[in-house]
Amino acid sequence: MSPALVEDRAVPHHGLGPAIETDGLAKRYGRTMALDGLTMQVGRGRVFGFLGPNGAGKTTAVKLLLGLARPTAGSARLLGAPIGDRATRARVGYLPELFRYQSWLTARDVLGLHADLAGLSPTHRPGAIDDALATVGLADRGSDRVGTFSKGMQQRLGLGVALLGRPELVFLDEPTSALDPVGRQDVRAIIHDLRERGTTVFLNSHLLTEVERVCDEVAIVDHGRVVASGPLGDLLGDATVRIRTSGERETVHAVLAPFGAVSDDPPWTVVRGCPLDRVPELVAALVAVGAPIHGVEAGRETLEEHFLELLGHRERGASAEMAADGASGAEAR
Amino acid sequence: MNVLLIARLTLLEALRRRLLWALIVLTVIVVVLTGIAFALLVDNAHQHGVSELELIVGVSQVLILVAFMFSFVLAMTAAFLGAPAIASDLDSGVLLAIAARPIRRADLVLGKWLGLAAIALGYAVVAGLAEVSVVDLVTGYAPPDPLGASAFLGAQAIVLLSVALLISTRLPAVAGGAVAVVLFGLSWMAGVMGNVASALGLDSLAATVSSARFILPLDGLWRGTVFSLEPPAAILVLSGAGRGVGRVATSNPFFAASGPEPGFLLYVVVWVAAVLGLAIVSFRRREI
Repeated sequence: MSPALVEDRAVPHHGLGPAIETDGLAKRYGRTMALDGLTMQVGRGRVFGFLGPNGAGKTTAVKLLLGLARPTAGSARLLGAPIGDRATRARVGYLPELFRYQSWLTARDVLGLHADLAGLSPTHRPGAIDDALATVGLADRGSDRVGTFSKGMQQRLGLGVALLGRPELVFLDEPTSALDPVGRQDVRAIIHDLRERGTTVFLNSHLLTEVERVCDEVAIVDHGRVVASGPLGDLLGDATVRIRTSGERETVHAVLAPFGAVSDDPPWTVVRGCPLDRVPELVAALVAVGAPIHGVEAGRETLEEHFLELLGHRERGASAEMAADGASGAEAR
Repeated sequence: MNVLLIARLTLLEALRRRLLWALIVLTVIVVVLTGIAFALLVDNAHQHGVSELELIVGVSQVLILVAFMFSFVLAMTAAFLGAPAIASDLDSGVLLAIAARPIRRADLVLGKWLGLAAIALGYAVVAGLAEVSVVDLVTGYAPPDPLGASAFLGAQAIVLLSVALLISTRLPAVAGGAVAVVLFGLSWMAGVMGNVASALGLDSLAATVSSARFILPLDGLWRGTVFSLEPPAAILVLSGAGRGVGRVATSNPFFAASGPEPGFLLYVVVWVAAVLGLAIVSFRRREI
């Protein structure tokens, strides 16, 4: 994919209301509460990460916002208009989680169909289709039938469909689920370019590194409820220092207490909220009381750690779903 | 015009999935084989001194049977095109990206219907006229209204297609196809039952069955096909040959003493519009 996402177009959103605004948005399927009173705002031009484990209600939220499903309670506005407003949908792009495009059409046909549905003018249509193909790295496969595409290529096509015609708001529901590491990197580059262009991006994902790398703000959702939200920096808070020491526990805790909130994560002792520039001072204090130090790791808490803590799954096993995200913690430190 | 866009897409799908080609090739095979059969029939009849009137009645009856086969093929085509039209796209997820565009749900339903109806009607007219032309060439028998016969065949397919499309907004494709085929069978049986009851003078039963025939108005249209293919002479012979013979002939599903009334045809138009309206309402309420 080409990271250079065609020429810039300034989206005139200054002074306008939020791109997405929800108030108690809820959806119940039978006895299951898929989304339980979602209230949030996504500012224009922001890259917003909507995080949660599988089944948390992320896709339901997107479907409600796009008018594909009806809320059982609450309301929402998209680009200033109530959800379900047809004209607004011309300004919105969408890559579904379950992406499927007509196998008997060529990639160019699929984009042409969506260009027509989105109401692109005949003069802009060919250029927009070429742009979309080039952006997602399918410029040389435009004339091939979708049925011959690998899953990853179909997801690239889906991304091209979502970006077609430069929408003001793009919903990407698990956009890298079928992509290899190179493809994921390409998607990150595309999202960065979208941000540069002023496009609002609503990114649904359970891949935390992905979110951590591209999002300005996040909301963490579990069992249909938002359990935390805000700018990524605020959410992750201060740095965390992990010390491996064989010193006597009470002494070590007493020495570390002035530096932050101390807890145990055997064999580590963890100090949260310790500014990184105080780490040498912290180590010196431990050495001063004669506590042998075997290792020190200092860094900000990763999104994955914060996420697991919020969801109450500290055990490694519970993070199996995050395995696909690779070495997220190590990279973030 | 999103309706035309979806209709064009539906036609393109039929073409790219080779449905149209399959129908064309099979039609050519059927027309050629029946042409040979008609030639054999005429040769044998001439050898055995069968009268021209008897031969015309015989040829027209075989032609009506061929038309029945086409009506069956069209019914199956309509059921299996209509039933997955929306259900399959819902199941596969193709509709997710499309329905998120600024398109009315009604446009999706009407576009699909228009595309499929064009296929059904086009196939009926092309196959019907080809068959009639070959019969005319081989036997010299030209039915009174070949275009009308084809149009009635196409209309039957459109009626069944509309029902299948309505079912498609709620049931999975396979279930919808099965339901549509069963409805076709039931409607045909109701037609035969009504005729038999009428022929036997069982007026109250005939009236009951007749009203059931309006629920899915296929039989009336089939009568239109038959009437358009019959020689007027045969109609005169059978209709005027005494009450008893006339009644037995009337109970025959391959004989029609008259074509559909204009009121019935208007009813069919209103019926199709109502079913499409229901399909639109159902699909609007459907969550994707």
